[in-house]
Amino acid sequence: MIKPVFLWTDMLIFVLVAVVIGFVFYARHHEHLRAPWRQVFRSRIGVASLLVLSVYVLIALLDSVHFRLPLETQTSGQQVQQSQQQDYYSVEVLSLLDLALGSLRDQSEKTYSAPLATELFARETVELTDGGQQRIYPRLQYGGAHLENPSTDRGADLLQRSVVAVMIGLLVWLVLMTPLLWLLARQRGLTLASMLDNILHQREAVPWFIVLLVTALLLVLIMLVAWLAPYYHLFGTDKVGQDVLYQALKSVRTALAIGTLTTLIMLPFAVLLGILAGYFRGWIDDVIQYLYTTLNSIPGVLLIAAAVLMLQVYIDSHPALFATDAERADMRLLFLCMILGITSWTGLCRLLRGETMKVREVEYIQAATAFGVRSSRIISRHILPNVMHIVLISVVLDFSGLVLAEAVLSYVGVGVDPSMHSWGNMINSARLEMAREPMVWWALVAAFVFMFVLVLAANLFSDVVRDAFDPRLRKG
Amino acid sequence: MLAYIIRRFFYAIPILIGVNMITFALFFVVNTPDDMARMQLGAKHVTPAAIEKWKQARGYDRPLLYNEQQQGLSRVTDTIFFDKSVRLFAFQFGEADNGRHIGHDIRERMWPSLAIAIPTLLLGLLVTITVSMLLVFFRATYIEFTGVILLVMLMSISTLFYIIGGQYLFGKLLHLAPISGYQDGWDAWRFTILPVIIGVIGGLGSGSRWYRTLFLEEIGKDYVRTARAKGLTEMRVLFRHVLRNAMIPILTGVVVVLPTLFMGSLILESFFGIPGLGSYTIDAIRSQDFAIVRAMVFLGSVLYILGLLLTDISYTLVDPRVRLS
Repeated sequence: MIKPVFLWTDMLIFVLVAVVIGFVFYARHHEHLRAPWRQVFRSRIGVASLLVLSVYVLIALLDSVHFRLPLETQTSGQQVQQSQQQDYYSVEVLSLLDLALGSLRDQSEKTYSAPLATELFARETVELTDGGQQRIYPRLQYGGAHLENPSTDRGADLLQRSVVAVMIGLLVWLVLMTPLLWLLARQRGLTLASMLDNILHQREAVPWFIVLLVTALLLVLIMLVAWLAPYYHLFGTDKVGQDVLYQALKSVRTALAIGTLTTLIMLPFAVLLGILAGYFRGWIDDVIQYLYTTLNSIPGVLLIAAAVLMLQVYIDSHPALFATDAERADMRLLFLCMILGITSWTGLCRLLRGETMKVREVEYIQAATAFGVRSSRIISRHILPNVMHIVLISVVLDFSGLVLAEAVLSYVGVGVDPSMHSWGNMINSARLEMAREPMVWWALVAAFVFMFVLVLAANLFSDVVRDAFDPRLRKG
Repeated sequence: MLAYIIRRFFYAIPILIGVNMITFALFFVVNTPDDMARMQLGAKHVTPAAIEKWKQARGYDRPLLYNEQQQGLSRVTDTIFFDKSVRLFAFQFGEADNGRHIGHDIRERMWPSLAIAIPTLLLGLLVTITVSMLLVFFRATYIEFTGVILLVMLMSISTLFYIIGGQYLFGKLLHLAPISGYQDGWDAWRFTILPVIIGVIGGLGSGSRWYRTLFLEEIGKDYVRTARAKGLTEMRVLFRHVLRNAMIPILTGVVVVLPTLFMGSLILESFFGIPGLGSYTIDAIRSQDFAIVRAMVFLGSVLYILGLLLTDISYTLVDPRVRLS
């Protein structure tokens, strides 16, 4: 039996998923929430970026179910005894993503190799069978290992595999999209052909054309990776021979965890304190303002650095608390989210304070006060729903900034645990390879591509969300 | 005005005390001097005697808040809290863990930081305003749409990539600028030009987008319509009227960061090997020199509060509608 491992951040991520699902169900029944979301889904940029983001989220969720595999028992004679005592588990914590990427994780080469290469990046001295020595580029153990003669066959093999992958991607796309189109056509009482015509000429409110296009692109891309990655190192390998694509994929979860959990942790404080300050004013306002001005005035990086150094001392002096390396690294990730939350809640708190001050002067709230409704009820029934759009906008806006901050913090050395996969750590170790001649560039490119696509999609999406939810920007 | 400044000055004191409390708690209570000594000495050399010696050499062997062995006033003054935290208020930063004078280092390293930060700020302001003005001029055309998408792309690239890419392109491929290093005096421009350009490009995306919304907000106002009705050209409307009015939020946004320019840019300086305060801070974090980190936290807070004060004052200077109360 496998042994599930419940990391703190895993649980928080699933709490977050539950919150989001709950919110979706809540919003379905409230027209004032549905209207802005409808606007989001009708924007071309909105749906395109949402589809890209959902691929990242899927990877992160797969990577958030952790477990430890049992160790194989040594001999058959001892097996009976051992099963009576207890099972032994590997110290390595795996996730569903690791299983899905099985071959990527295991296929380590000796050292650097370029993307799609079949040979190592550096020459090595090899003993020949006749006793002599020769300096050659040795073949890779896994990359292109199925080829008889790499120098001539590689191009054709790559082309053939890519063509197959594209075909399969399009096939999967057809299989997935036809029922969707059929459903849409039935809803509108149209034939499939006229539905297609409507979509192509963009006569629908939701930009289905973009949905189809982006889905096709994503599926083809995924299939290309799935078809090539088992045979080649798409983004090369790093110094210890680990596949760079695997590292980049594993980093997705770290980035999303920092981008979302930080907000999840700081949100209750920011909302509660902001509304309290704006609603009660007087000395409560003074205290809360003092609190956030003080925290704000400490340079963020320094506060994070100080706190993370403190945590490192604590972890080092209590090694017994953590069963595996993954649990230790996870603790540091969670702590980093918390401390990032502490440094970043002040902006939202200030916004909420100002908005609450405005909202509490509105007539229906004064009426509620005159009727003797308790403050707690006024806050929860009237003020909170009226400032929620600010919370949502700032949550979405903060996300990309936090993903970028992770890279910088890891560079400074106060980011996630060095053993944890993250784009910041990838950049940090690749930076030193810049000086090599010829340059080892692929790890940087991989981190750049993955980060850029995520942050760009998040930025575009947040713009659409802000336009839809900000009443000042709302049209009509 | 003077009374207002003085009052604001007194508001700053409790905030600084708060900052001091937080740093004191973080550095001495959560993490005791013993832990620091163990970390600095390294795992091999940890003996009780060595820890005592390390603490004594740096003055960490005294009680935290109250010294019972002393007489009179020095019961309070001969403590870690007074020596390491209270003295910061007089800008006496003391010595770093490696024995160097922090105050001296800060005074020396301030200049390279400013040599990067001030040109970045000025050039950045110029470029950002120009770009956003152009976007507003071409509003509701495909030029604006493409421009905004480009700005979002610029925003989505981590500063680290700008630095690495810039160093590779200009330093390694084109040999236009040295990859890193610094020189005092007028020759410094050769070393500062690349960091400045990268700093400007790094801030262009978010800056231009923000200024663009400011300009667009102004452009819908009545005085702009009046100006157009007078028959002014669009260029004149934008630069004479819109820019002037939008300058209020832009200027106050600049004023708030002015004092913190001293602190330098953490990653720019450390990547380009510029001996400023930013790289000083990073080196301190990496070598876990808490005395320097503490000093920089305090200095950063002071400068931030100064920035807030300057913002409030500049509001009244540029916008006569704002009255101080």
